[in-house]
Amino acid sequence: MTSIIQFLSMGGYAVYVWSSYGVAAIVLIALALVSWRRTKAHEAELQSLQDASPHRRRRRAAQMEEAT
Amino acid sequence: MHRFANPARFLRLSAAILPWATVLTVLLLGVGLYLSLFVAPPDYQQGEAVRIMFVHVPAAWMALEVYVLMAMSSAVGLIWRHPLADLMAKAAAPIGAGFTAIALATGSLWGEPMWGTWWVWDARLTSVLILFFLYLGYIALWQAFDDHDKAAKAAAILALVGVINVPIIHFSVNWWNTMHQAASIVRVDGPHIYRSILIPLLVMIVAFQAYFVTVLLWRVRAEIAERKVRSLRLAQASQI
Repeated sequence: MTSIIQFLSMGGYAVYVWSSYGVAAIVLIALALVSWRRTKAHEAELQSLQDASPHRRRRRAAQMEEAT
Repeated sequence: MHRFANPARFLRLSAAILPWATVLTVLLLGVGLYLSLFVAPPDYQQGEAVRIMFVHVPAAWMALEVYVLMAMSSAVGLIWRHPLADLMAKAAAPIGAGFTAIALATGSLWGEPMWGTWWVWDARLTSVLILFFLYLGYIALWQAFDDHDKAAKAAAILALVGVINVPIIHFSVNWWNTMHQAASIVRVDGPHIYRSILIPLLVMIVAFQAYFVTVLLWRVRAEIAERKVRSLRLAQASQI
């Protein structure tokens, strides 16, 4: 227990050391999350647009006609 | 060069690289944090505060490296009118701004206990602050134009003009009497740093590189998808 407290206290520099690591973690994680979610959102939108494109729909209709 | 610049090829290549880059980033950051916080010894002068270095130096390093990459990519976009190069530079800018913000914040948090001040207007600190504003200006320029090509051109010119700041940052600690210490790793006479500190530092630098590759690839994929969505919507609108 004392060793954990000793580790966390960082020889009296706890505020400076942990704030530094904290700032870095917050910036890097936030940037990664925002970028990843943006990628997924745009790729999903593109997929739905391509699925709904008239060109595709016509081709699909033709396939359906062939099948029936 | 042109083969890799093909968007379809890029999408396939990045899809293959991304899982590995992501795993590598997490692993390296884990190992790097362990070495930085538990293995590296405290400094005989700075005590445990020296551990701030393991995030400060890699972030500052990446801040410069990302800027150089962004400027080179901008040049390729400007000269050969390569659309993917413009998107690459655009995607890199927020990541570079993030690294610069980390370098500035951790530098401040290191300066307060060691120098007795959060900030001094010395050459190194001021030139890095200018780098941060260059990133912000670059991002703002992209948003200032509705026309993609005009935005790309204006932003690329800003990125290229700003390159002058890169050697100023690097050599500022030698050219001027700065509060900031001189380089310890990249020196003509070899690194001036103990191995017990050098190894954690290098692992963290490589981890930050892996992080950059991962997030950059995500962001470029997002840009490509966004462009395609826009052109599809335009095509649909013109049909109606």
